[in-house]
Amino acid sequence: MSALDTRAMVTGDSIAGPRRGRRRFAPDRRRSMPLTVLLWLCVAYFVLPLWWLFVSSTKDNSALFSTFGLWFGGDFSLWENLQTLFTVRDGIFVRWMGNTLFYSLTAAIGATLLATMAGYAFAKYEFPGKKAMFSATLGAVMIPLTALALPTYLLFSQAGLTDTPWAVIIPSLVSPFGVYLMRVYAADAIDDSLLEAARVDGAGEFRIFWQVGLRLLGPGLVTVFLFSLVATWNNYFLPLIMLNSSDLYPLTVGLAQIQSAASAGGGSQALFSTVITGSFVSILPLVIAFLFLQRYWQSGLASGGVKG
Amino acid sequence: MSHSPTLSDERTRTAPPSRRPTNTTQRRQRRAAYLFLLPFGVVFVTMLVVPLAYAGYLSLFESKLIGGEAFAGLANYGRALTDPKFLEGLGRVGLFFIVQVPIMLGLALFFALALDSARARGSKAIRLLIYMPYAVPAVVATLMWGYLYGPDFGPIAQIARAVGFGTPDFLSADSILGSMMNIVTWEFVGYNMIIMYAALRSIPAELYEAAEIDGAGQFRLAWSVKIPAIRPAIMLTVIFSIIGSFQLFAEPSLLNAIAPDAITTSFTPNYYAYNLAFINQELTYAAAIAFLLGIVIAVVSYVVQLAEQRRERQEMRQS
Repeated sequence: MSALDTRAMVTGDSIAGPRRGRRRFAPDRRRSMPLTVLLWLCVAYFVLPLWWLFVSSTKDNSALFSTFGLWFGGDFSLWENLQTLFTVRDGIFVRWMGNTLFYSLTAAIGATLLATMAGYAFAKYEFPGKKAMFSATLGAVMIPLTALALPTYLLFSQAGLTDTPWAVIIPSLVSPFGVYLMRVYAADAIDDSLLEAARVDGAGEFRIFWQVGLRLLGPGLVTVFLFSLVATWNNYFLPLIMLNSSDLYPLTVGLAQIQSAASAGGGSQALFSTVITGSFVSILPLVIAFLFLQRYWQSGLASGGVKG
Repeated sequence: MSHSPTLSDERTRTAPPSRRPTNTTQRRQRRAAYLFLLPFGVVFVTMLVVPLAYAGYLSLFESKLIGGEAFAGLANYGRALTDPKFLEGLGRVGLFFIVQVPIMLGLALFFALALDSARARGSKAIRLLIYMPYAVPAVVATLMWGYLYGPDFGPIAQIARAVGFGTPDFLSADSILGSMMNIVTWEFVGYNMIIMYAALRSIPAELYEAAEIDGAGQFRLAWSVKIPAIRPAIMLTVIFSIIGSFQLFAEPSLLNAIAPDAITTSFTPNYYAYNLAFINQELTYAAAIAFLLGIVIAVVSYVVQLAEQRRERQEMRQS
């Protein structure tokens, strides 16, 4: 990849490629004050709950229920809360975080790789059965994954795979939407003549894919990776039914478990601030990943995702 | 998503066969294509096709207290279609879809258009902040809103009381569905906005030039050029929203803990199927419910797409 391409990718510019050309048309760049105010008011709706979560994670249990929710109050107990969070039940929260990270990274890398290879094949080769296979993949986007979870659970249980990490990772490897995205993206981003040139040079198809194809698919890869990562990270239904040992839980199932223990009461009132602090800590990694990767996935989606 | 752009791609992208030099190259490339597809195909079949077929098979049996399972034909389906719990749940998610999805997608479209017009200050920050809730798991979003809704200490109730509106009850049987719609809207407006925004960014410039010559304003431009141009993207968000609404699970199952009177074990079909399978141990009936839910989603998605295609054709004829 040339320096120019890299810069374009980092600034999120002109990934659409030469075929489409980015719009240069800007008839009216006046700012609109009412629109700005309206949009920022709307932003409040999306941000205030997260602000509440942060503020609440700095409160101890009594302040949580006695001070105004959207501002700090009582003692600043964030460190105490974090300490409790990371030591409760022998530090199981750390384990849950590690599990979530492991499941979602493994699933996302696997799903991205599978979707990329399949999307590349659909975009760059002619072969019998292509149309039927692609239609089947597209149709599968419509299959509700949770409707599949139950029979998958039964099959896994017969295979002795329930209550193992595999039960969460393997079903998350299928990403029909990822294949669709990669197909459109690869069709756009990889020039056929480049592949022909590599073939003339005597490179095999797999070498061409690894050395030429993959390098041109950067933003598309990040987009599919991020979508799969979020899907697995945020999944609740699948791990809930597949896993029994709390040692194997991801954050979502673990947090739901301490929350229900907290609501059930029984002298475990202190758990509320643990649930809230845990929720706050659990969303930090994805929020940070989003901040860092936004340029990539936005350009990946723009050129590949949803062409009109 | 077999909407028109994909199909037309298929036609235009097919390389002319005459250009292929020799049979060996062709064969080698075919083999490579199949090998590239193999890993995905294997998981696709084992994780989608096989479970789906298994659910279908299982749903034809009946669990007996003694003697295990016996073939029951379509009895489970008959039971489901007359089961008020299942039908009520289905009606509930149907209502959810009809009310929540237009609000959510309308907001998403408004934000996408507003940001694309580049007329607001801090567009980049706005875009990112609206998108942020998508990074929050449904579990955390529901827990969080559960606290926010709280009648005693929730900040919304605190503010309402301070202003003199009394205490709103977000967790009663009458309002819980609306409260749930709010949670899902909060979570997914940004996600849908990004899909639409990305599509808006890739509208070719020529489309705007014509509108400029006609002297179209921002609203006219949005209505007559931008929205029609990103219709496939909007359709995509509609399909995803159908799937999402009909299989609601995390929200009802977690709200059940704080509002047990408002959320029944059959509040949504998916939650019902879960309770049937894992609490009542009625596996075959749960499989039938899951399978039926899948059919409902496929049918609704298909009907919506068909209606859209018909509309498109009609508009083409008119113009």
